[in-house]
Amino acid sequence: MEGRAASVDSPARELNGGEILTAIKASGIEYVLAVPDIVTSAGLLRPIAQDKALRLIRVCKEDECIGIASGLSYCDKRALVLIQYTGFLDSLNAIRGVAVEYKQPICMMVGLLAHDPEKAPRQSPKYGVRILEPIMDDMGIVHHLINENAHVAKIQPAIEKAYSESLPVAFLIGRRPSIDGGQSDDEEG
Amino acid sequence: MMKRDECFRILARHIKDEAVVATYSSAVDWVGVAPRPLNYLSIGAMGLDSSHGLGLALGRPDRRVVVLQGDGSLLMNLGSLVTIAAVAPRNLVHFVAHNETYEANGGHPIPNRKVDFAGIARSAGYAAAYEFSDLRIFEQQVAHVLEQEGPVFATLHVEPSKPLKYDYPSLYDPAKRKAFKAALQAHS
Repeated sequence: MEGRAASVDSPARELNGGEILTAIKASGIEYVLAVPDIVTSAGLLRPIAQDKALRLIRVCKEDECIGIASGLSYCDKRALVLIQYTGFLDSLNAIRGVAVEYKQPICMMVGLLAHDPEKAPRQSPKYGVRILEPIMDDMGIVHHLINENAHVAKIQPAIEKAYSESLPVAFLIGRRPSIDGGQSDDEEG
Repeated sequence: MMKRDECFRILARHIKDEAVVATYSSAVDWVGVAPRPLNYLSIGAMGLDSSHGLGLALGRPDRRVVVLQGDGSLLMNLGSLVTIAAVAPRNLVHFVAHNETYEANGGHPIPNRKVDFAGIARSAGYAAAYEFSDLRIFEQQVAHVLEQEGPVFATLHVEPSKPLKYDYPSLYDPAKRKAFKAALQAHS
């Protein structure tokens, strides 16, 4: 209940899915490669699935996204990988090889399952969330916390930079994005 | 039972401007038979061959993409068969060299040597799936496999090779990745 109260009483801490979607499209993303994640399920994945400007590719396992995004990048097509942090951890070897060692522009949006959005990821109650940023730092992956609407402005320049410099980037989605015209989906996943 | 390099020699006679994704032992044999800029060799992690191929096929629907994957690699990414079938790229042809071993990792057997890859691809939803264990029949039918609307899958039942020389620095040379992209764009 604390999470819902914060989003209602403190509009500055709301994260709107529509604004993220606008930023994704403004970045030239044509393909979204996804495994469902409950943090981004209602506020991002469902709207993306209905958006005719984007092609959603549903994959079976997150590391597939890394290969598909790489193949698309050789064709000058931009993709966003939309996954849960557990899928990021499961795909580390693919990210190591393709994104880091081969310097491919792999853009990842990672939902922080069971994270407390009022805390920094490194202070998360979830062990798996706490280790994310240190792992990304060790791998040299630029990452941005997207926790409220003010953070959404980071998305487009970061994607542009990833593609212009051929480097990976990760966006950590710290709270459930709200659906346009509605509240955030706070059901437990 | 066929030999992989013999299959690839036959296949190479039918390859023109296709992008060919090949890795590990298949890459060694393929590059030995058909060194060309349009070979995509750097997949970064075992098993991702088929996923890279799907990305290329999506990004360049005007061009045929041929994936030459090993059986051990495909076992690490079996879900990609379901993903590829769902996306249904018409321009993707997916071969698996089934030699029943992790050849590049010491020749140890795969968990189930008799796994039916073509059957799995068929039930996943590939437009067509084939199996070849006779080189003469493969030679007769390979053009048909390559020409039909995909995604098409074909198992090549091959013998394990004699020990290969894996020159990974050469296979994964960044210059080759750059040359691949340039060749792909030159054929736009």
